[in-house]
Amino acid sequence: MATVAVIDYGMGNLHSISKALKKVSPDSNVIVTSNRETILSAGHIVFPGVGAIRDCMAAIRSAGLDETIKQAAKDKPLLGICIGMQALLEHSEENDGVECLGIIPGQVIKFSSNAVNSENNKIKIPHMGWNNVNYSIQNPLFENILNNERFYFVHSYHATKVGNNYVLANANYPYNFPCAIKWKNIVAVQFHPEKSQDVGLQLLKNFLNWDAKAESSEHA
Amino acid sequence: MGLAKRIIPCLDVDNGRVVKGVKFVDIRDAGDPVEIARRYDREGADEITFLDITATSDNRETMVHVIEQVADEVFIPLTVGGGIRELADINRMLKAGADKVGINSAAIFNPEFVKQAAERFGSQCIVVAIDAKCVSAEGEPKRWEIFTHGGRKKTGIDAVEWAIKMVSFGAGEILLTSMDRDGTKIGFDLELTRAISEVVEVPVIASGGVGTLDHLVDGITKGKADAVLAASVFHFAEFTIGEAKQHMQDNGIEVRL
Repeated sequence: MATVAVIDYGMGNLHSISKALKKVSPDSNVIVTSNRETILSAGHIVFPGVGAIRDCMAAIRSAGLDETIKQAAKDKPLLGICIGMQALLEHSEENDGVECLGIIPGQVIKFSSNAVNSENNKIKIPHMGWNNVNYSIQNPLFENILNNERFYFVHSYHATKVGNNYVLANANYPYNFPCAIKWKNIVAVQFHPEKSQDVGLQLLKNFLNWDAKAESSEHA
Repeated sequence: MGLAKRIIPCLDVDNGRVVKGVKFVDIRDAGDPVEIARRYDREGADEITFLDITATSDNRETMVHVIEQVADEVFIPLTVGGGIRELADINRMLKAGADKVGINSAAIFNPEFVKQAAERFGSQCIVVAIDAKCVSAEGEPKRWEIFTHGGRKKTGIDAVEWAIKMVSFGAGEILLTSMDRDGTKIGFDLELTRAISEVVEVPVIASGGVGTLDHLVDGITKGKADAVLAASVFHFAEFTIGEAKQHMQDNGIEVRL
């Protein structure tokens, strides 16, 4: 039986993500776990997260999961979600600056509070709600998902300085920022597929169908 | 293209049943929240809010089970309000599958609670619910105050100042209910909504008074709200969420269809 490990480091709601994975792959064994062996032996790994990056990184380190995630990130298909995506990058400016796992080159910055939308109103932060996800090239993660479908976002910080060739999709608020990236065998999304109804479930299904094999040699 | 304005149906739950404004003779047997949530999800609701209207400990236990069941099959954001008084209450609701919690009276009795909650769980899941009533006399500049106990008890707190304070304490969103308009079906208090939406950095959900599709449009265009919440118009099926969204789009509002 295929095993999917959802990494549990004590932060946030793992009920929805595990239920959503179970829904799209009823035959898989979905395990919410902080156990190193379980994570490393799983076929697919999901790395979720909500809240503030400092607490998340502290929780990851105190559970000894930073090394486990780095190990898993070498060859396993891994999906980072929201703070999970941000934690995979090098550095976040949240909480006066926090070193992240540094697995994927890139930074995390706050939305510009002076940015204005098309009606010339200052944007609200957090960026909360359903926004269009625009992918430039067809890729396995967005298979059977129309371009510019809406996914659910809730965040105040976003990825930046990610190499163009790693960006799978952008969202606009009110400027473009990377909301889905792919680095070797890792994919990471800023939005919440587990809260994005049918399109979100489709994305999770695509992830579980992805073996990352062709891709892992791409950047090697 | 861009962030959509949200439509949020609200379910008032008492003892595991949806009660307020549902068209049934026996109000105690008004509707199964899981079934109703499922229907709203299919109709295209952007989020669903559950309000525990009695908030006794028994009821909260029931609410945890409701959320668990809904979260098993409805994959959109879920908010739970009513009786959220301690960090442990938030933890239970998030563990059950809620994405956000609404804090109302506990914030008034102890504003630091909002700070602690935002620090522990992140601002993204802390919604501060504000029940406000207009207190200015005819001819005076408009002023609103916070009321508790379903609009019966005056607190003396200015609503606009309170919203600013709650955001500075870490609230990630404001659920703003006009107690003057709640249940009237004459539309949102647009001045109140705009007064708060224009001064806080976080999204504002307008609530209280929806009776027509145009009211929803006004909440966004005139009230400057980021989301609109309604209960009875959807329960009564006076219009569906799909119809509401279509009408908003026809009026130039960006929605998820």
